[in-house]
Amino acid sequence: MPERVNNFAIKIATVNGTGSASANSLLMKSIFRSGVPVMGKNYFPSNIQGLPTWYEIRVTKDSYVARSGKIDIMVAMNAETYTKDVREVVSGGYLLYDSTWPRPALLARDDITVLGVPFAKLCNENFNGVRTRILMKNICYAGALAALLDLDVAKIRELLAETYAKKPALVDSNMKAIELGYNYTRENFQCPLPMHVAPGLLGASKTAGHILIDGNTAAGLGCVFAGATVGAWYPITPSTSLMDAFKMFADKLRVDPATGKKNFAFIQAEDELAAIGMVLGANWNGARAFTATSGPGVSLMNEFLGLAYYAEVPAVLFDIQRVGPSTGMPTRTQQCDILEGAYASHGDTKHVCLFPRDPEECFYFARDAYDLAERLQTPIMVMSDLDIGMNDWMCPDLKWDDNYVPDRGKVLSKDEIAKLDKFHRYLDVDGDGIPYRTLPGVHPKGAYFTRGSGHTQYGIYTEDSAEYQIVLDRLTRKFTTAKRLVPKAIIEQDAHIDIAVVAYGSSDGAVREALDILAQHGVKTNYMRLRSFPFGDEVEKFLDQQKLVFVVEQNRDAQMRSLLTLETRIEKAKLRSLLHYSGLPISSEFIVKGVLAEIEPKTRKPEAIPGNKFGVA
Amino acid sequence: MTFLPKPKVRHPSLPKNSLGLTRRDYEGGLSTLCAGCGHDSITAAIIEASWGLDIEPQNMVKLSGIGCSSKTTAYFVSGGHGFNSVHGRMPSIAMGANAANRNLSYIGVSGDGDTLSIGLGQFCHAIRRNLNMAYIIENNGVYGLTKGQFSASADVGTMAKKGEVNQQPPIDPVLLALTLGATFVARSFSGDKQQLVPLIQAALRHKGFALIDVLSPCVTFNDHEGSTKSYQYTREHYDAAVHADFVPFQREISADYAAGDVLPVVLHDGSRILLRKLDASYDPTDRGAATAAISERLKKGEFLTGLLYVDADGKEFHDVNETPAIPLNQIPLKQLSPGSAALAKVLARYR
Repeated sequence: MPERVNNFAIKIATVNGTGSASANSLLMKSIFRSGVPVMGKNYFPSNIQGLPTWYEIRVTKDSYVARSGKIDIMVAMNAETYTKDVREVVSGGYLLYDSTWPRPALLARDDITVLGVPFAKLCNENFNGVRTRILMKNICYAGALAALLDLDVAKIRELLAETYAKKPALVDSNMKAIELGYNYTRENFQCPLPMHVAPGLLGASKTAGHILIDGNTAAGLGCVFAGATVGAWYPITPSTSLMDAFKMFADKLRVDPATGKKNFAFIQAEDELAAIGMVLGANWNGARAFTATSGPGVSLMNEFLGLAYYAEVPAVLFDIQRVGPSTGMPTRTQQCDILEGAYASHGDTKHVCLFPRDPEECFYFARDAYDLAERLQTPIMVMSDLDIGMNDWMCPDLKWDDNYVPDRGKVLSKDEIAKLDKFHRYLDVDGDGIPYRTLPGVHPKGAYFTRGSGHTQYGIYTEDSAEYQIVLDRLTRKFTTAKRLVPKAIIEQDAHIDIAVVAYGSSDGAVREALDILAQHGVKTNYMRLRSFPFGDEVEKFLDQQKLVFVVEQNRDAQMRSLLTLETRIEKAKLRSLLHYSGLPISSEFIVKGVLAEIEPKTRKPEAIPGNKFGVA
Repeated sequence: MTFLPKPKVRHPSLPKNSLGLTRRDYEGGLSTLCAGCGHDSITAAIIEASWGLDIEPQNMVKLSGIGCSSKTTAYFVSGGHGFNSVHGRMPSIAMGANAANRNLSYIGVSGDGDTLSIGLGQFCHAIRRNLNMAYIIENNGVYGLTKGQFSASADVGTMAKKGEVNQQPPIDPVLLALTLGATFVARSFSGDKQQLVPLIQAALRHKGFALIDVLSPCVTFNDHEGSTKSYQYTREHYDAAVHADFVPFQREISADYAAGDVLPVVLHDGSRILLRKLDASYDPTDRGAATAAISERLKKGEFLTGLLYVDADGKEFHDVNETPAIPLNQIPLKQLSPGSAALAKVLARYR
């Protein structure tokens, strides 16, 4: 198989609010349906209409899920970003642009092939209305790409028919736009390009048994299946679509057909403070309740998270991380809330964090988060990010075990309370640091007073040093118990190798590809993917066995490396950071360059300052 | 603080409610507030009201924020669960708890600092959602626990203990609640148990957000000359516009409707509030007129008290959300989780 067939990346530069999302989704899905693995990343502005937006589609026969770092075909539909877009194409690549208005400057690069299709002219001649013409221009480039990449036009029609099932007229107009682009391109250029889609060359479909889904949708779905009944939130990018998904699925799957009543409560709060308050109130009262937010929201929720830690109230919080600090870049991705999540709130607090790597894990971790929250009686932070949450990822089909029994934790029943001489809310009866709890409305003997002020193990207000410390020390024991219950780190290790890469969350895909590339360079490393905090014993053991460890993160300050040095006995010096914090998802190329710079010091000159030092976006 | 714990022994002749419980069964822990604090009188009224309503103690949920007032939820109905949350955030805890189980009686106790300053946002939005709870503000015009700073309810010209004079206009919770569309708005005085007990009972039975702003003088920091929230000032300037009698559904037959100018309001559970208008011109079912009358009197430094406005037909949160009669926290997972077959159907959309 030629090198670039089923293995290349396209970037589409458009203007926000011009309907390009439909065109891009159409392209993604038609490739996916043909059986060829595909990755899509949306780089959109914090704006409704007018600012530049890009969409990157990577066709990857090896099922890689990250950016490669290289762009083979650029579709330059936005005059405002032409100059930048042209620069980004790799040597030997292609540039597709709207030749209605000739752009001689585009031809300045002689190492790429420029293909001009008069999209605006074609659409102006064939469609009426300004808005329609703009929208169809974008559908038209999808048609041109279909010709260049050898996509199956019948599949595109099929997708349009599904999308516009209720508006058949739109199927015809969209199809007309596709054909305009398709036919013009076939007539004027050599099709397909050397880099194209050829499902036949892959043998069996590589996408069968897979879905194309974003993490927020998967997480919202997970909440519905795990039995969450109360969702409270305040709108914030990029978490909002998680709540939208929960509501969409709940409206379909949680309405009693007989009565029309909703087996869930969906509450848009006045701010994040109230949102997490509602989540605590509902969990305290025995419902599975959750919120979704992003960094600025977690900042506001700190006060309540401390209360939940100390008063031992379960809660599930999805943090869809975005670029900080402060408002930062709301529509760009980072892993920059790691320390905020782990130690949210004043005083001695620690929180259980889960780090899903993709939408599939968002679904399963959503389920696990409720079990852990109720078992441990504490907030569980699911630390997703914008890349996972808002981009479509190819994942194995999600599965649900119909025999799943939720872990409701140590909640005493009416009969159990009745048998007690006296109920003590914060007493460590079992030695695992987890006390028993009761729910309101069950039995008067189970009543206790929940408070964030100092309390004894019997649940009584105290200002006594010894009594206070008994409870605080038990909370430490509880956190030790948590180590055994949270998802373990995934370790891929060869006993003869003492160099390792450590990563977590959405960096996993890029790391996996990077490890393959490094192996081709003759560099072999072990790999550990952290999946939760607190760290299980396996984490320290693994780190202990390595001589040199690259900690890959998508933040500036090496937050996970800090957490590792704070929470394990590993010496700091052997943990080297590879830090990517541009706001775009990390690429495999970045990791490869970073590792090679460090372990081949004679041939490469690493600079003193860590960070985005390799000149890779 | 009262240092005399009450004896545990109960006299056999103490009157019992229909559950066979005496008033003592509705008491709580020992108050740690200053002797003579108005808040303790309100606590006593809550105990009386809960006993009189035959509420099963475990079905009472007591919520509060931070401050002197918020401590009092520990001093009544020890058989009910209490949640002393964080400053100004009690309404959100109440919202979540109520969403999870709509069948319990929710009573929130807050102060003027907790409600009108740090918690103003949550207070307003709880009203907008018509969250089904009784919400009591123990309003003394000062921050007690931090030793006497003005609160947002302090009147212009009122003097602090140290001599400082307040210049900022107060926020009146009653007028604010009326503006926001509250369905039950009352004002009372901690020293008037006769008025307070039936108001609390009606608030607990009202379907929706029931506000009672209770003027409750702070004996330590705001009970001096120059204060408009002292015992003396309040007694001299408060005037009952409407007296409410609460008649539970079960006792309705024996209720006397005949006396005076009585306006009965039927609540969702069949119980009634009998409003006796002491001021003939006052109409407690007309939001605009009520707002105007209260404002007029406030300008003169006078507090109208009683059940100032009521709308028994408003939709509460669960009506709007269309939740089932069974509390959400009691629906078994089998009914909540759609199962693997449904999941397979959902996934078809993502292929």
